[in-house]
Amino acid sequence: MKKTILNLLVGTCLSLGMSVTVQASSAGIAWDKAPIDVNDKASLQNGAKLFVNYCLNCHSAAFMRYNRMTEIGLTPTQIKENLLFAAEKVGETMQASINPKEAKELFGAAPPDLTVIARSRAGAGGSGADYLYTYLRSYYRDDTTTTGWNNLAFPSVAMPHVLWELQGERKPVFEEKQEHGQTVKHFTGKWEQVSKGTMTPAAFDQAVGDLVNFLQWMGEPGQAKRTSLGWYVLAFLSMLAFFTWRLSKSYWKDVK
Amino acid sequence: MATFKEVSPNATAGEKLINWIDNRFPLTPVWEGAWGKYYAPKNFNWWYIFGILATVVFVIQIVTGIFLTMHYKPDAASAFASVEYIMRDVPWGWLIRYMHSTGASMFFVVVYLHMYRGLIYGSYRKPRELTWMFGCAIFLALMAEAFMGYLLPWGQMSYWGAQVIVNLFSAIPVIGPDLSLLIRGDYVVGDATLNRFFAFHVIAVPLVLLGLIAAHLIALHETGSNNPDGIEVKKNLGPDGHPVDSIPSHPYYTVHDIFGVSLFLIVFAAIVFFAPEMGGYFLEFNNFIPADPLKTPLHIAPAWYFAPTYSMLRSVTSEMMYVLIACVLVAGAYAGFKSNLPKPFKMAAMGGSLLLAVAMLAIDAKFWGVVVMGAAIITLFFLPWLDNCEVKSIRYRPDWHKYMYATFVFMFIMLGYLGMQAPSPLFERLAQLGTLFYFGFFLLMPWWSKIGKCKPVPDRVTFKPH
Repeated sequence: MKKTILNLLVGTCLSLGMSVTVQASSAGIAWDKAPIDVNDKASLQNGAKLFVNYCLNCHSAAFMRYNRMTEIGLTPTQIKENLLFAAEKVGETMQASINPKEAKELFGAAPPDLTVIARSRAGAGGSGADYLYTYLRSYYRDDTTTTGWNNLAFPSVAMPHVLWELQGERKPVFEEKQEHGQTVKHFTGKWEQVSKGTMTPAAFDQAVGDLVNFLQWMGEPGQAKRTSLGWYVLAFLSMLAFFTWRLSKSYWKDVK
Repeated sequence: MATFKEVSPNATAGEKLINWIDNRFPLTPVWEGAWGKYYAPKNFNWWYIFGILATVVFVIQIVTGIFLTMHYKPDAASAFASVEYIMRDVPWGWLIRYMHSTGASMFFVVVYLHMYRGLIYGSYRKPRELTWMFGCAIFLALMAEAFMGYLLPWGQMSYWGAQVIVNLFSAIPVIGPDLSLLIRGDYVVGDATLNRFFAFHVIAVPLVLLGLIAAHLIALHETGSNNPDGIEVKKNLGPDGHPVDSIPSHPYYTVHDIFGVSLFLIVFAAIVFFAPEMGGYFLEFNNFIPADPLKTPLHIAPAWYFAPTYSMLRSVTSEMMYVLIACVLVAGAYAGFKSNLPKPFKMAAMGGSLLLAVAMLAIDAKFWGVVVMGAAIITLFFLPWLDNCEVKSIRYRPDWHKYMYATFVFMFIMLGYLGMQAPSPLFERLAQLGTLFYFGFFLLMPWWSKIGKCKPVPDRVTFKPH
């Protein structure tokens, strides 16, 4: 049996080793860790504001009701007055301002619904939030595309850099390397600021962090409740296990 | 009918009620036969918990499934949205859904471990062949149940997973294309497919499962349980007519199982509440994107529990076919020249292997991949007749058998890992190695299981009082 366990361990280590190599060879740049905390209500509220102002024009969040935002500390009146641009009632779901058909003609691809976007974008490189945080901060000017923008995390993306006024224009710094007798451009991880945005780089990162935090929360608004309830359930089950263990022991002491 | 029993007028209300029922329905005999006085070996170890855990998960799936069907819409246009509706707007819907999705994976976890237990302790051997075979049928039905259930959330992985698997059937010569059309109800996976998979998932397959579980238990209770020593406890009866090494399930295994179930529920709840996606293995990330028939995902991977068999399917390339043809011819030659079979059988085996080899050359490797995948499961049914070892339990088998089983576990996990990865030349070779080992393990078992010296089997079970 010990051998079996040993083999299992070796197998696990092997597969972990393999997954690391797979990760390194996948396309796109490495993902940054998103600074998110779904219990941080101020951050979520700021994210909600950015979301309805910058994303909801083209993207929908069709499974998300406006009044669900009462759970991040907003009152229905606040939601109605500050965040409700494309709907009448707070009980409605978040529909895009733009007609999806029109959007498709404009961008060449229908903007995806964003309700569970953070859940869908996770992968070997990190969580979905990590991806979104990296993606929203990786735009650069590219005259060869129709929108004039391109993205290192999502090459040839159809979406233009919606937050460019906040971030300003940036240029990725590449270094040239010789690989298999060919010159290959490698992203160094560094960016060069071409023009200033209305926000400082640190403030912009914070704003994108808040937005991504909101997207993460919106993917499953009950997630904080789920984990906090989980502790009570585990505490109960641990007690149950303790008592059933003692019960079992007390019966089995008769078995000789 | 038994004679009408009177109960003392001083009996408690409960006793009177039981007596009233027993005169009209065999409540007490059924309870005592099924559990109350069902004697089981006293030396069960923790490997013996997975049967009851499978039952617990089955009940969880049925109950949560009933609540999910109250809100789920089996309609291509609204299925994805209805799942999100359950997750967001239905009170406690998220809990029900996570329990169901976690239950699906945990069902396979406990069933794989349950089957492995049977494997190492020889629980499939005479006289428990039918228990084992009903169990294999349960495994097969469970795979069908999981496969069809996986389509219902109507995400990208649901859709394309179903597309890939149903397309496999079209590789079958002659009837293939019509068969896959019949399964889908359309030329691509669509609304018709979703509706029929829903019907199979919520009623047809669960009914089959229920019947098979009943048969599995009836067969088990007829022979009595095996135990980690692989000794027939019924050979050693005590003065009360019960095996001396057995104890009544109630209360001993009742309390034992309640404890085991509590421990299991801790693991289950930890997943449901803290990691319902289980890193993308229980709920795949891609499945949070609604199904799009026009956008094929770059990498379509099966759910983890199908990965080992899927890996075997994928390992059958045209190169691998030559290896398989060689195996078939060697087997035919062996049967023809070296075996003790009667002459007509020898001729039939040789002729059959030649015909099979020709068919393997003539028909596309894709079809044989499907055959290999099916054979990986079907082979399990024959296990009782493949094992020729003198002893049942791994405890008394030659030491080198343990390495064999360890390698089997390693290969199976490796196949599972490879089945979820994008194909690559190295992975293809490893999957082929794993596939050959898997089939070699079972099909050569009649020979290898006889090699080596078994340890003496004791007359009584090994038991250390708690």
